[in-house]
Amino acid sequence: MQISARNLDKTTIFDISGDIDLATSPALRKPLLRELRELRTPRVILNLKAVRYIDSSGVASLVEGLKASRDVGSRFILFGLNTTVREVLQLSKLVKIFEICETEEQATTA
Amino acid sequence: MNRPGLLLKMELRSNPETLCVVRGALLQLAEHLGFPESECRAVVLGVDEALTNIIRHAYGGSADQPIEVVFSRIQEAWRGANREALEIVLVDQGKKVDSAKLAGRALEDVRPGGLGLHFIRETMDAVEFRHTNGRNQLRLVKFLSVPEPHKGSQGE
Repeated sequence: MQISARNLDKTTIFDISGDIDLATSPALRKPLLRELRELRTPRVILNLKAVRYIDSSGVASLVEGLKASRDVGSRFILFGLNTTVREVLQLSKLVKIFEICETEEQATTA
Repeated sequence: MNRPGLLLKMELRSNPETLCVVRGALLQLAEHLGFPESECRAVVLGVDEALTNIIRHAYGGSADQPIEVVFSRIQEAWRGANREALEIVLVDQGKKVDSAKLAGRALEDVRPGGLGLHFIRETMDAVEFRHTNGRNQLRLVKFLSVPEPHKGSQGE
């Protein structure tokens, strides 16, 4: 998994690619929670377009991010979900709790 | 040992880094067996979650413990008829799994963790757990043509 961050006005976008699983999810969780808990960035967006695979560890990291965002009053938005990611989120029955957009433009202006 | 229907046998270490290798091989195997694309992804997810549970819970995160995974093509009885299926048997020598936890948890409670078992049960047609001679054995079955209702079962 690769992760990089872009900072816009009061917004951070994480571009994530590759597989999010037991081996790689800590590398997602750490910067995500830092962005929310320490930096308290008002809007944190995850670009999942290039994510090939996500398992329960990855979904758990997203849930942690969501909960952290609620704790500090930030927005936490996902966009670019491909079939694989969408299927896993639907299977988790947690898809409804996330704010999901189709495009980056929608995520930054929603 | 000669096992009828044996497709692939893997002897792994409980290192999370190997998960992506298993997923790659299993995806190819499932495609070769003729599972539809979405079912291939389901099989991969179910087995990946089973391995993740072994690494995290049976071995407590230790990365050098043995796991055996055997994939076989079998005939499995379902409502009086034999059906073609992929059987996956995962064996570890870790801590005994608490069978009560195999029931999973209510998903209405929004919190991280506990999703792995839910994914295994949702993606597989049969889920059976045994503990014999100090070894945990998880048997997963996925029918090649999925009978209705699509629901996992649990045994011990």
